[in-house]
Amino acid sequence: MKYIDEYRNPDLVRLLLEQIDNAVSRPWTIMEICGGQTHAIVRHGLDQLLPSSIRLVHGPGCPVCVTPLEMIDRAHTIAAMPGVIFTTFGDMLRVPGSHQDFFSVRSRGADVRFVFSPLEALQIARDNPRHEVVFLAVGFETTAPGNAMAIKQAATEGLGNFSALSSQVLVPPAMRAILSSPDNLVQGFLAAGHVCTITGLCDYFPVAETYGVPIVPAGFEPVDLLNAVLKVVEMLEAGETGVVNAYERVVSRDGNAGALRVMDDVFEIADRTWRGIGVIARSGLRIREKYAAFDAERKFDVGHIEPKESSLCMSGDVLRGILQPEACPAFGKQCTPLSPLGAPMVSGEGACAAYYRYQRAWGA
Amino acid sequence: MQFECPLPQADHDRVQIAHGAGGRLSRELMATVFMPALNNPVLAELDDQARLILPPGRVAFTTDTYVITPLFFPGGNIGELAVHGTVNDLAVGGAVPRFLSAGFVLEEGFPLADLQLIVSSLGQAAAKAGVSVVTGDTKVVQKGQCDGVFINTSGIGEIREGIDVSCRHLQPGDRLILSGTLADHGIAVLCAREGLSMQMSVESDSASLNAMISAVLEVFPGIHAMRDPTRGGAAATLNELASASGVGIVLEEEAIPVHPEVRGACELLGIDPLTVANEGKVIIAVPSNGADAVLDALRRDVHGKNAAVIGEAVGDHPGVVVMRTAYGSRRVVEMPLGEQLPRIC
Amino acid sequence: MCLAIPGKLIAISQEHGLKMGSVDISGSVTRACLEYVPDIQVGQYTIVHAGFALKIIDEAEAAESMQVWNELLRAEAEERSARERR
Repeated sequence: MKYIDEYRNPDLVRLLLEQIDNAVSRPWTIMEICGGQTHAIVRHGLDQLLPSSIRLVHGPGCPVCVTPLEMIDRAHTIAAMPGVIFTTFGDMLRVPGSHQDFFSVRSRGADVRFVFSPLEALQIARDNPRHEVVFLAVGFETTAPGNAMAIKQAATEGLGNFSALSSQVLVPPAMRAILSSPDNLVQGFLAAGHVCTITGLCDYFPVAETYGVPIVPAGFEPVDLLNAVLKVVEMLEAGETGVVNAYERVVSRDGNAGALRVMDDVFEIADRTWRGIGVIARSGLRIREKYAAFDAERKFDVGHIEPKESSLCMSGDVLRGILQPEACPAFGKQCTPLSPLGAPMVSGEGACAAYYRYQRAWGA
Repeated sequence: MQFECPLPQADHDRVQIAHGAGGRLSRELMATVFMPALNNPVLAELDDQARLILPPGRVAFTTDTYVITPLFFPGGNIGELAVHGTVNDLAVGGAVPRFLSAGFVLEEGFPLADLQLIVSSLGQAAAKAGVSVVTGDTKVVQKGQCDGVFINTSGIGEIREGIDVSCRHLQPGDRLILSGTLADHGIAVLCAREGLSMQMSVESDSASLNAMISAVLEVFPGIHAMRDPTRGGAAATLNELASASGVGIVLEEEAIPVHPEVRGACELLGIDPLTVANEGKVIIAVPSNGADAVLDALRRDVHGKNAAVIGEAVGDHPGVVVMRTAYGSRRVVEMPLGEQLPRIC
Repeated sequence: MCLAIPGKLIAISQEHGLKMGSVDISGSVTRACLEYVPDIQVGQYTIVHAGFALKIIDEAEAAESMQVWNELLRAEAEERSARERR
């Protein structure tokens, strides 16, 4: 597979590991904020291959994990309404809300369908004019342009039965929140490569400067990730800060202007609650007033939602890199992938699920 | 007051409730659809039961119900699947499949032409596998109460003398052999799903493997275990084997055969090929001294041409399946928790 | 987020007023919206995420970086065989 296989070459992986080994002289804590990168690291076992002085921490980069409980409950409530066809990415189907997940909503007669693209949801709306078709628009800046296009297209076609529930979040504010926390341990970042493909690098320069950290946009294959780790380590060892692009074949400084334009047309920046972390100012995207007719949050009255979070779940500390999952008292006991207390144990690339899998290979 | 079902309108195109009621329409359906496709002396007796003679010895008995949608998918349909799945379940137990039953639940309004195709495929698959459908049943439910057609097949086979395979028999040192490329069926079916807009030339691998397995047992009867990785894929099967036998399993990622197109689709959808259903593959656990012979026997069969050793059983981490990457690192291959869904993360 | 896979654009079309394409990923072909890569030509590579092509892959840049790495590997291999010869 072109542009994948070359970046999985074991000889290159070995070469980069040697270079990292030679470069590192003391312990460093590096965070990646991208569920896709977490998944790749676990899949290829990259953290096992790095020198033990490098601690790779998984940040709040999984939109499944950070979608607030209130929003999930809202989604479940709308899905259960008669006449609604509820569509969502597959990732969200198993996430538990306060009382249920989408599977249990479906088992009680709701029409819940997974889609691979928001354009599929649009087609469902075209095919079912007498139903309300709602799309759960989650994601970071990688997914926002597609979600925006679907809403814009619905407006163009006059698809009055289509609406989106926006639960979209932005990466740089999350980085700031992590770095400005008094118990922060993170010294450098791998930035999410596909987020940066859309946004470009401009938002990251001020973060690097204000907090004095290296930030390296990274890809998703082993060679890309290790190359990025190498660059972060080199900068840390040299006491350098700033943004250095390690994914140049798709990330450019200015990003994708067309995508940013459509995002800006459809969405505006708003404060958002991140599950487990709390409110981060100006960290999310809300559908603009001009597209209010396509905003499921305005369209559907769900009444009062009282989210009920588990008191044992410490996902907030895990997501900020302060607590290693296995240090959580509930880890592996009350909280397992089969009976998760919080989102990082549910999601395929949630930090807690990743550690749980890893631990089982080697015993507790 | 007595109500009688009035004589149904002659709607010759579609299944009606009366087709399952045991009366004239039922017999018509039997005569025009089922008998021509499945005909054999036992079934032709049309008794309430099939009376069979089995040679003395151990008998294997299995049942499975097929509810797949879509009913027609690239490379097959529910009819032939209903034979392949049950035949394979017998064959992996070291049994020679002999007889099947076939129970149908039909949805009112289902096109008879499609039913004809399905039953005809079922008959052809049975003939090819060397089994007879000796008894069956048909019921019709109201529109909306089932997805077109559900089929249950139960199967009886004779377990060969001297063959003793079981998921509990794996020993450390056993080689694990996979008979061919993973995930063809599940991904072909997923891509056929409307809305996903993915096209592949790879089709379902749905096939009866009893002849291939016979050949394998001929050259090496000392196989420890065999399983077909259907729902939950190879991941589920390997976890079951590891758990049941109390051994660990280590897989070599580079050794696992996956068709390039299937690989591309899996990468795009974010699905692990190890968790996807197969309908024409078998995983065999064999003592190391038998691995070469088994591999040869598989590769000589059309359904086993991509057979490969994918790993081995070990004494460490009992019950846990571990994947060794090309880089020497490891990850746990979990028992899949449920439906494998495409993801965007 | 961010499961975006590289593939080769093999056809361009229009659907509901949107520019759409067929992207070949290792032989399987997926439909993707090309509105965010308006200048893309058939034969170029792009990354596809949730049904959208997000960027044209800069093949020249990729080739350049890969060449640097391959040269390092070559040098390493030469050094190793030189050592073995001694």
